[in-house]
Amino acid sequence: MNGRRTSGTSVRSLPLHLVLVVVGALMAVPVLYAALSGFKSTDELSANPVGLPRSWVTSNYTDILRSGSFWRLVGNSTLIAVATTVLVVAVSALAAFSFARFAFRGREVLFTVFTMGLMFPFAVAALPLFLLLRSMNLLDNPLGVILPQAAFGLPMTIIILRGFFREIPGELEEAATLDGCGPFAFFWRILLPMARPALGTVSVLAVVTSWNNFFLPLLVFNDSTWWTIPVGVQQFQGQYATDYARVFAYLVLAMVPALAFYSVAERQLVGGLTAGATKG
Amino acid sequence: MTSTYLSDTRSGPDAQVRPPTRPDRARTRRRVLHWLTAVGFQLPALALFGVLVLLPILFALYASFFRWGGFGMPSDYTGTDNFTRLFQDDVFLGDLWRCLLLVGLSLALQLPFALAMAVLLNQRIRGRAVYRMLFFAPYVLSEAITGVLFGMIFAPDQGLADHVLGAIGLDGLGGEWFSDPSTVMATLFLVMTWKYFGFHMMLYLAGLQSIPAELTEAAIVDGAGSWQRFRHITLPLLAPTLRISVFLSVIGSIQLFDLVWVVTAGGPDHHSETMAVTMFQYGFKRYQVGYASAISVVMFAISLVFALAYQRFVLRRDLAGATTNMRGDGA
Repeated sequence: MNGRRTSGTSVRSLPLHLVLVVVGALMAVPVLYAALSGFKSTDELSANPVGLPRSWVTSNYTDILRSGSFWRLVGNSTLIAVATTVLVVAVSALAAFSFARFAFRGREVLFTVFTMGLMFPFAVAALPLFLLLRSMNLLDNPLGVILPQAAFGLPMTIIILRGFFREIPGELEEAATLDGCGPFAFFWRILLPMARPALGTVSVLAVVTSWNNFFLPLLVFNDSTWWTIPVGVQQFQGQYATDYARVFAYLVLAMVPALAFYSVAERQLVGGLTAGATKG
Repeated sequence: MTSTYLSDTRSGPDAQVRPPTRPDRARTRRRVLHWLTAVGFQLPALALFGVLVLLPILFALYASFFRWGGFGMPSDYTGTDNFTRLFQDDVFLGDLWRCLLLVGLSLALQLPFALAMAVLLNQRIRGRAVYRMLFFAPYVLSEAITGVLFGMIFAPDQGLADHVLGAIGLDGLGGEWFSDPSTVMATLFLVMTWKYFGFHMMLYLAGLQSIPAELTEAAIVDGAGSWQRFRHITLPLLAPTLRISVFLSVIGSIQLFDLVWVVTAGGPDHHSETMAVTMFQYGFKRYQVGYASAISVVMFAISLVFALAYQRFVLRRDLAGATTNMRGDGA
C-alpha cells in the first residue's frame, strides 16, 4: 500500500495525470449523469440532456422512496443476502476446518471436487437447477435462491477459509486437546474467534455476490413478491421505458446500497477477491 | 515377514513386543473415528454441493440426450442428435465466435489497460487512493443495473454518448450502438471494460506490491530504464497474477449472461447472443429443454477443457505463489 515499497520516485509528469483524470471521468460520468438526470423531468431530459437541471425536480426520487415496492426489493435483497451469507460461511467453515486440520483418506479428492466448482459457470447448472427447484416446490420461495447461492459460493469460501485455518499454529490445537477440548469445541471456541478477519472477508464477498445476482432470482421468482433489486430494476425499466428520468432515479437509488456497502467494506472486498483469485 | 508377532519376538529384547490384536483393533477404531469426524465436518457442504451443483450438472448431461419439453422425465431418447443439431446451428456457432471475440478483445485491450493503470497507480501519485476506489467501484454494481444504465446512455440519438460525441463534433462515431449488428459487440465490450477492468487492476496491484522494492532499486542502480525494469522485473514477477486474471476473464466471457440479457437479450437478430443466452432462450422460452441442456453440456465441456488445460500447462507452477494474504491488507 505504501509508496516506499514500490517505486520511490513520485510521478509528476502531466501526461500521466491527464490519463488518470480522463479515465476517472469516464468511470464517474455515467453514474453522475444518471444521478443528475434523475433530478430532471423527462421533458427536460430530452431538451437538455447534458447540462445541470434548470429546476431540480425531486419527485422522481421521492416517489420511488415513498413507494412500498422499492423498499420491498431492498428488504428481499437484504434478507436473501444475509441468509445466503450465514449459510455459506457456516457450512464452509466446517468443511474448511476439516480440510485444514485433519489428515484423512479422500481429502485431496474431495478438495479437488470443491475447487472444480470454482471453474464452472453457474449458467451450466441453471436449467437443471431450475427443474430441480421446481420439483422441490422451491420456486417463488426465497430458499430457492438462498440454497443454490450458498452451494455455488462454497468453493471460493472453503478455499479462502482453509488457507486461513492452516496458518493457525498446530501447538494451539495440541494444547486445546490436552485441556480436553474435542475437535468441535476447538473449532467453535478457539478457531472461529481467531479467524474473525477471514470470516469477515468471505462474508463480504458472499453478500456482494448475492446482492448482485440476477440470473437465479430471475429464474426462481415469477411472482413479484420476492423480487430482488437487480430483477426489480430490469422490470421497472420495462414498465417505465419512456419515462427516462424516473428510470435514472430508480437506477441511482438501486446503486446506493451496493456503493455504500463498498465504501465501508472496501478492504475486506478487495482483500477477499485477491486472496480468492490467487489462492484458487 | 510372516506375521508381526513372530518378527517382533525375534528382533531382540529392545524391540517393543505388543500383543497384536487389541491395540490393532483400537488403532483401527481410532482411525475410523478420526475419519468419521473429519468427514462429518464435510457433510453439510457435501450435501449442499452435491444436490445443488453436481446433481444438476449430471442431470443436464443426461437430459441432453433426449428430446424433452421439461415436464415429467425425459423419455424420447435421441442419442447425440441435440449435439449434431447444435453444431449446425448458426446462432450457436455465432455464440462460440462471439465468445472468442470477447476473450480476444479482453486479452488484447482490457487486461493490458488494467495493467497499465495498475502500474500507474502503484507509484506515488496524487489521488491514487481515490482513483483506485473509483476504478474498482463498478465491480460492486450488479450487471443488471450496469446494463440498464448503459442501455440508456447508449440509446441512439437520445443517450449521453451521442450527445457528447455530437458536442465535440464527432457525430460520425456515434450511432446505433447496441441496436446496430456491426457495433453491438464493441459497445458491449466497452461496458464490460468499464465494469471489470478495475477488478483486474486490483489483482495486479496486489501482485505488484509483493515485488520487493530492492529489486527495482538494484535495477535502477544498474542503470535500467523504466521499460527495462517493467519488462525484466515487473512482468516476470507478476506472471502468476496475470495468469489468474486471464483465467478469470476467460471464464467470465464463457458464462456472460446478465449484461447481455438486460441490454439486448441477444439482439439485434442474435448479433450479441452468448451461449448462456441461447441456452436460456431454448430452455425457458421455447421449452426445448433437451436441446438447451446440450448447450449447457457444451459450455461445461468448454470450461472443463479450458480449466484443465490451463491448470496443466499454465498454472502448474504458481498456485503456491500466492501474491497476497486474505486479511484485507493486501491492497
